[in-house]
Amino acid sequence: MDFELISASLPKLLSAAVVTLKLLSLSLFFGLIIGLLLAILRLNKNPIINKLAYAYSYVFRGTPLLVQIFIIYYGLGQIEYFRSTFLWVVFKEPYWCAIIAFALNTGAYTSEILRSAFETIKPGIIEAGKSLGIPNKIIFYKIQIPVAIRQSLPAYGNEIILMMKGTSLASTVTLMDITGVAKHIVSTTYKPLEVFLMAGAIYLFMTFIIHNLIKYLERKFYY
Amino acid sequence: MNLLTFGKTGWGDELFYATLMTIAVSIAALLIGFLFSIIFTPLKLSDNKFLNFIANSYTTVIRGVPELLVIYLFFFGGSGAIMYVASIFGYFEYIEINAFITGSLAIGIISGAYSTEVFRGAIQSVDKGQFEACKVLGFKKHIYFLKVIMPQMLRLAIPNLSNVWQITLKDTSLISVTGLVEIMRQSYIAAGSTRDPLFFYSIAAVLYLMLTFFSMKLINKLEVKYNKGF
Repeated sequence: MDFELISASLPKLLSAAVVTLKLLSLSLFFGLIIGLLLAILRLNKNPIINKLAYAYSYVFRGTPLLVQIFIIYYGLGQIEYFRSTFLWVVFKEPYWCAIIAFALNTGAYTSEILRSAFETIKPGIIEAGKSLGIPNKIIFYKIQIPVAIRQSLPAYGNEIILMMKGTSLASTVTLMDITGVAKHIVSTTYKPLEVFLMAGAIYLFMTFIIHNLIKYLERKFYY
Repeated sequence: MNLLTFGKTGWGDELFYATLMTIAVSIAALLIGFLFSIIFTPLKLSDNKFLNFIANSYTTVIRGVPELLVIYLFFFGGSGAIMYVASIFGYFEYIEINAFITGSLAIGIISGAYSTEVFRGAIQSVDKGQFEACKVLGFKKHIYFLKVIMPQMLRLAIPNLSNVWQITLKDTSLISVTGLVEIMRQSYIAAGSTRDPLFFYSIAAVLYLMLTFFSMKLINKLEVKYNKGF
């Protein structure tokens, strides 16, 4: 064990942890919006809309995240027309490509979690709202969504941890997150054990924090 | 479509063999994972606090750290560790470990952490009365586990094991960083030499989708088989 190297690379890894957290929070934010929209589409009675939303989540859950990032980062730039549109400003940056891939991916998983949460809401709660003459829209926003959030918290907590682990793939498209920085240090010092174990410890610490945060929220929303 | 023909001009045969390689690595990793869970599941369920702690640290650490990092650690750290052991025995040449072995071992350890959790949950949800009945009838421990608990446990475990299989299958794409020629690596090579990444990565996505689709069909059949009589 080379303790000098450990103390020298710790600050670098910690500043890379900020990049990881930024990637994580942005992709979770967009992923939650995508997931909520898809879950609403999944609950739609129209079979075509329903099937389309299912196909989306099937494709994104059935293929590796690495393939999705590579298609978005390396693949889309190949289309001549695409490069002339305003979207190219976003898609030429590896940072945003990674976030888009992560958001689309976590959106698919989130939609499944939310759909099952909406489906397990007891019909009595909605009927009670209706019998009190509350409009459908308000029942949805004030009753169904809060109950669904509570029910999906444990599964969504797992999804956050999975996504945090997924952000390590950003290092494959040249981004300097914890894994990227760790690999860079290893390639210059040839000391894989110390550096990767420390990077792992930082990830583990983040997992621990997220896990406890979700536990706290679960207790808070308990009813 | 010319790009997908078999033979020297197309990438069809290369992608076909790469798919076989992905299947081989996934199955090897799943089996290594089962070996790990055979070791760690009893430790998780044991009454001994220390053994519990060992098994819990294994599953918590592996499930809390990115797969890519575990693979990097094995790939870059593995040959170093083996060379260190070899140097104790007086062998100082450079040793390179096979990418297939390191890859399936790394994915296997990850897969093992997930399947350990699945087996633990399944054994714990087998009815308590079954364990007690076996004890009352005086069955030997290994017989009652194999003949009574195991069949019931498998029925409960199969749906979750199919999730573990999917995770394992998708994780094998990460081994491409070590140079093992499976679907992802082959598409990377093909995309590089034809300058058509969109096409080849989409083909990779389709191949993975087909693998998950057909393996799900297979597992569903297994599920029906084990659910007979319930």
